[in-house]
Amino acid sequence: MWFISVFGAFEAGIIYALMALGVYLSFRILDFPDLTVDGSFVTGGAVAAISIVNGVPPVLATFYAFVAGFIAGSITGILNTKGKINPLLSGILMMIALYSINIRIMGKSNVALLNEPTIFKQIEGFWGSLGIDTVLNNMVSALGADNLPGTWSVVIIMIIITLVIKFLTDYFLKTEVGLALRATGDNEKMIRSFSANTDILTIIGLGISNALVALSGALIAQYGGFTDIGMGIGMIVIGLASVIIGEALFGTKTIARTTLAVIGGAIVYRIVLVLALKVDFLESSDTKLITAVIVIAALITPKIITARKESVRKKKKRAMLARGEGANNA
Amino acid sequence: MLNMKDISVTFNEGTLDEKKALQNVNLHLEKGDFVTVIGSNGAGKSTLMNMISGSLKPDIGSVSINNKDVTILPEYKRSRYIGRVFQDPMAGTAPTMTIEENLAMAYARNKKRTLKIGVSKKRKATFKNHLETLHLGLENRLNAKVGLLSGGERQALSLLMATFTEPNILLLDEHTAALDPSRAELITNLTGEVVNQFGLTTLMVTHNMQQALDLGNRLIMMDKGQIILEVSGEEKKSLTIEKLLQEFQRIRGQQMDSDRAVLG
Ligand SMILES: Nc1ncnc2c1ncn2[C@@H]1O[C@H](COP(=O)(O)OP(=O)(O)OP(=O)(O)O)[C@@H](O)[C@H]1O
Ligand SMILES: [Mg+2]
Repeated sequence: MWFISVFGAFEAGIIYALMALGVYLSFRILDFPDLTVDGSFVTGGAVAAISIVNGVPPVLATFYAFVAGFIAGSITGILNTKGKINPLLSGILMMIALYSINIRIMGKSNVALLNEPTIFKQIEGFWGSLGIDTVLNNMVSALGADNLPGTWSVVIIMIIITLVIKFLTDYFLKTEVGLALRATGDNEKMIRSFSANTDILTIIGLGISNALVALSGALIAQYGGFTDIGMGIGMIVIGLASVIIGEALFGTKTIARTTLAVIGGAIVYRIVLVLALKVDFLESSDTKLITAVIVIAALITPKIITARKESVRKKKKRAMLARGEGANNA
Repeated sequence: MLNMKDISVTFNEGTLDEKKALQNVNLHLEKGDFVTVIGSNGAGKSTLMNMISGSLKPDIGSVSINNKDVTILPEYKRSRYIGRVFQDPMAGTAPTMTIEENLAMAYARNKKRTLKIGVSKKRKATFKNHLETLHLGLENRLNAKVGLLSGGERQALSLLMATFTEPNILLLDEHTAALDPSRAELITNLTGEVVNQFGLTTLMVTHNMQQALDLGNRLIMMDKGQIILEVSGEEKKSLTIEKLLQEFQRIRGQQMDSDRAVLG
């Protein structure tokens, strides 16, 4: 029982990790609290779903979703930089506009993909012929799990996709353009005095951020078999939760470490959520409440731990001084 | 090299707060000129610097660099030609990024930014060499976050970042003002060294008269949005603080007389 629920949570977590990486780019790298995410996540799902229903190959449909997310994010960036609208408001405006746009894209408030091809179904078809599932399932059942996953293909392919995107992100943030992008979030005045066009960098940064969010939405839609207009509600909080949990648990020493932490955070969040929902009196409608509690815990716990460590250190120091003084007096 | 013609700027025009920050300012710099700028608070020194860097635009007048009119060129495009160090040590560097990353960003000032790695092996060696000239041991801390450096260290790094790509014009606005006396002296000396080494055309604002006399081949004094005194060459070399103050009194006095005359 345990194994299969954690497995499912891991599977979903690593898809949502792409969304969390997007949120990391806007909130942390650009220092831009971008609320477009709630809308662009659905845009990704909507564009992918409607394309697939209309016969576009799933991979291409997913790419369209990525591009659509980029455009949505860029518009938020344009509102902020060219329209001089404050960051929060730019994001909120874009989010609300996307709500209607997403319904336009889908033509109704949801699209089912149950009988359509998806990236995951295509990969599963190929994967099944390799016989790796049997090997892996034998291994975990030897470890005592009885309820086994139907396929490992989703997890494996998503680990590959997410890691590739992680490494591309790490690389990008070290390039000349990437450094300027980071400085735009860190000290805008300074990087402008080094001939960087911070407006364009903000627009591109938000574009990439929301492209990743939409990509995640497109994959979640194909994973779950539907896109629904409500699937983005609270997405920004989940993204932030993943970033905060990841940073608290796995550290932020370098960029590469932090992006890995964010992915880890997204997975841990899903697992904690699934386990919390197993508690008898909690219901699936409590999801948002649990999310809030998880984020609060992730925010407060590190502070408590540091404070405790500090007080222990000071106590030790005082004790040492007291002893030293005793020796001097004697 | 730099030509400012009839620059005027008024802030909050038509309100009670109206402030004529610059009035018909003309300034011409030859290549290699090192001009120190003095004047009381609110004289318009920083505004003058902002006209050159493009972070503010003049109401009237034009600015050209290398005979190219840059009056309406946005700040980020102009900064290809201009290196700047600000008064606030926090202002000139990105605190969450490392020393080498900051240098890499400065290195790209006059180039097109690409999708190549910013801190390449080869550049790392160059950065190390440049950092050694500061004699602060920063060359051994390439991977330290700049936010961890002291104000003096950050200002030295800012100075290096502003100069090592040899900008056409270097703007220093009270860049030693936030430092303790010994650090201020260190940065002042470094400034003299790098400006000499690269033969940079420099404009330096300072409230330290001695510094204004020691450094550079020209000196200008500003007051109430105008350049009221210009000294250069041998005349500057023989200048002392007393003479400068006397001169200031004389001009100020004259002005007060003429004000009185106008007011009747
Ligand atoms: N953005 C602005 N809006 C309104 N007034 C301004 C602005 N910038 C400068 N001023 C005013 O213009 C005048 C000149 O300011 P400036 O900063 O150039 O003086 P400064 O010579 O650099 O003085 P300090 O020695 O104090 O740095 C001051 O009276 C200042 O209040
Ligand atoms: Mg000033």
